Amino acid sequence: MSDSQVAAVQGEVHDPGLRHHFAEREQQRDASSLGMWVFLATEVMFFGGMFCAYLIYRRMYFGEFAAASQTLSWKLGATNTAVLICSSLTVVLAVWAAQTGRRTMLIGNLVLTIILGLVFLGIKSIEYKEKFERHHVPGASFEFHEIIPGHHQQYANPQHAQIFFALYFVMTGLHALHMIIGIGLFIYLLLMSWKGRFTPEYNTPIEIGGLYWHFVDIIWIYLFPLLYLIDLHK
Amino acid sequence: MSAHSPLSSLKTYFAVWIALLAGTALTVVAAQIDLRPFNAAVALTIATIKATLVALFFMHVKGSSERLTKLVVISALFFLLILLGLSMSDYATRSWS
Repeated sequence: MSDSQVAAVQGEVHDPGLRHHFAEREQQRDASSLGMWVFLATEVMFFGGMFCAYLIYRRMYFGEFAAASQTLSWKLGATNTAVLICSSLTVVLAVWAAQTGRRTMLIGNLVLTIILGLVFLGIKSIEYKEKFERHHVPGASFEFHEIIPGHHQQYANPQHAQIFFALYFVMTGLHALHMIIGIGLFIYLLLMSWKGRFTPEYNTPIEIGGLYWHFVDIIWIYLFPLLYLIDLHK
Repeated sequence: MSAHSPLSSLKTYFAVWIALLAGTALTVVAAQIDLRPFNAAVALTIATIKATLVALFFMHVKGSSERLTKLVVISALFFLLILLGLSMSDYATRSWS
């Protein structure tokens, strides 16, 4: 007779933090975590389609992709990568603080995560503004007069460069949307932590929110070299 | 989480954080050097190492008590590989005929 079966039989002395359809806390936690992982698997396929489109067009129009990529600021991109990596650290510290019952550290790290997320979006908006000013936004007013890196006097085809910028805006835009949702989630987690809802026994929402945040970080880890660093040496 | 003492996992988190920042610096430096056809391969390898570090240590895939988590991660990667691998092998071989 396992512990879970015993716990199921003893339904009368009910743990208030345990939903009635779970036998024990551990099972409840694992079910939530698994649910988040399955959602993240669907996110992998969702972003995977865009990465696939990117790879196909990058192969077709490599010169234009390099020329367009070099109009982006790799310094801002690298800064944003560092910001997200730091936010992933604060998230994992928040999870740790929740698991070990350190309330001040938990709240502090959640606040830091939200601030770093906003810094990321702030830098992203500076980059977007520059794209609008330089007419690098796909559409009727799109203009592109750049030479293909490594090819003297050969101008990039603006139609093909436009595909790069379309992929740039879709991929970074959907990533930014995930960041906005993530910041919303963390504001909610911060409010719950402030009310003292999380204990070393029950902190699953912090852990699940953390999984989501780290996933969004992983997407950016791939977006940064793919979008900002094409043929930078030429 | 459960298998380790709390303080040792804190050390791991900071070590991974340093490694991720170093990886970012390395990608930027590698992109400035002409490695002929290998620039993209180097950039993607570094990105994959960074993503693996995040998944294993920050997302606790390593040491996870739930084996189903690993199954979900592996099947997600498997289907991503089918998506990218089969699409790219199609486009890469279209000029053969």
